[in-house]
Amino acid sequence: MAETPLQVAGRQPKREEVISVTGILTDTVKRAVAAVQDYSELSVRAMTNVLTGPHYLQDTLAQMDDVGVGSLPIILLSGFFIGAVMVLQTGSQFVRFGQTSLTGNVVSIALVRELGPAITGLLTAGRCSSGMASELGSMLVTEQVDAMRAMGTDPSRKLVTPRVLAGVLMMPLLTAMMVFVGLLGGCVASVFTLRLTAIEFWRRAIDALEFPDLMQGFSKAVVFGFILATVGCYKGLRVRGGTQGVGRATTQSVVISSVLIIVADLFLTKLSLYLSNKIF
Amino acid sequence: MTAASISPPESSAIVFEDVRIGFEEGEILSGVSFDVRQRETMVLLGETGTGKTLTLKMAAGLLRPSGGRVEVLGETVSKLREKELLAFRQKIGFVFQEGALFDSMTVAENVAYRLREENISEEEIEARVMEVLRFVELEHTLDLLPSELSGGMRRRVSIARALISRPPIVLYDSPTAGLDPVTSQTIITLILRLRDAYGVTALLATHRLQDGFALANFHFDAEAKRVVPNAQNGNARAAAKTAATRFLVYREGKIYFMGEPEEIAESADPYIKRFLV
Repeated sequence: MAETPLQVAGRQPKREEVISVTGILTDTVKRAVAAVQDYSELSVRAMTNVLTGPHYLQDTLAQMDDVGVGSLPIILLSGFFIGAVMVLQTGSQFVRFGQTSLTGNVVSIALVRELGPAITGLLTAGRCSSGMASELGSMLVTEQVDAMRAMGTDPSRKLVTPRVLAGVLMMPLLTAMMVFVGLLGGCVASVFTLRLTAIEFWRRAIDALEFPDLMQGFSKAVVFGFILATVGCYKGLRVRGGTQGVGRATTQSVVISSVLIIVADLFLTKLSLYLSNKIF
Repeated sequence: MTAASISPPESSAIVFEDVRIGFEEGEILSGVSFDVRQRETMVLLGETGTGKTLTLKMAAGLLRPSGGRVEVLGETVSKLREKELLAFRQKIGFVFQEGALFDSMTVAENVAYRLREENISEEEIEARVMEVLRFVELEHTLDLLPSELSGGMRRRVSIARALISRPPIVLYDSPTAGLDPVTSQTIITLILRLRDAYGVTALLATHRLQDGFALANFHFDAEAKRVVPNAQNGNARAAAKTAATRFLVYREGKIYFMGEPEEIAESADPYIKRFLV
């Protein structure tokens, strides 16, 4: 004790900060750029982790089960009714021109190219992105993520990569199920309201589809799966402010992933149309 | 002796040299220097928010200091890359404040976690999990989930998880915080047994001076298989030498006190006396 000075070395008093609009704007832009950089780094690491070990197969399978099998009921239920509603809406227009048989074509193309992946993406984002953000956020605030790191495990490999893989692999399958059940719903609606035969509806629906349509739909699904998983993980692993922060991150993950899915949809549609004209 | 002028002996297990860390809210630690010798227990005292947990996390490489140098077992932790840190952390056991057990895993899975990561055979994992759970006297909780355990039991499982890979250094983050006196005593006794039975070096953050005094004044008698006061041997200092305990007190981001148990016991300083809860 004798050799240790017992005085309190006070901290430097903080300078009074002058608040200015420019300062606030600069800070906001800086934070946004830093967040994009941080998100990009997390996403790239999640994918590059696949190339090197260790791999967490059990965790990946568990996540695939959660994202895929877990989301199936809401996807199937929604898909059926969306397909049926589409038939009602488009059918009522085709009736005017006496072309009700074209309903199958329209519903099929709309579901495969656009509604299937987009609605599956939005529904899965609502269910899984929020789940991922809240689970990882809770782990973070209870120091479980630090405990993992303290025991020599890379949380990016153990927590993020399995979720991103699950999103990317399960979304095309969920989209396929959604499209099939949507067409089933459309078929039922067209049989009962438009007096079409089921065979005619299915024949039209299948004939209308070409390879580029399937490519467009499924490539969108892969991208949407990537978006919802990475946004969920990013928001979860960047939680600040305890349990309240977890709640905030959960909400933000759904909002951000939904908006990103819709924005990405536009660009992917344009890209797919361009590529289908060039290649096919 | 000022904090900055410490020249760490060669046998130091942990060395902090002019370490600084801060966040947006301001600097938390501003130039902290100390060393923990091999087999020594350094008791780190300080009020909430003085940087005790940050110190432990920097020692484990979970946080990077914004300035200064952190050296643990001869490796400059503050300069290691994340990949190297993952390998380095195999040598460190960390007991988190609330236990930080994985809540979706059973007690056995929590304790075995590190061994499974190392791809050790299931037979060996089973044997070692039983050994450490027996050490913390919780061998009957194998299949329970952390939510089914009491606060004290969760800390004991956390200690078991930290020592499963037999690390030479264990970092304890307020292991008795929020526990009743009897449970706190059980935890301290466990830490004491761990120190004397396995000879681990420890850095223990706490806000209770009694925890430190218990570690300084008692030792685990391997023959009698119980904890006995050092004075019983008739030579308290000799006993203390085998497992030295020193105290470090933080205040306002600086080291306020560093010294031997006798010095802190005799101190009449009002700030230090605050920790005598």
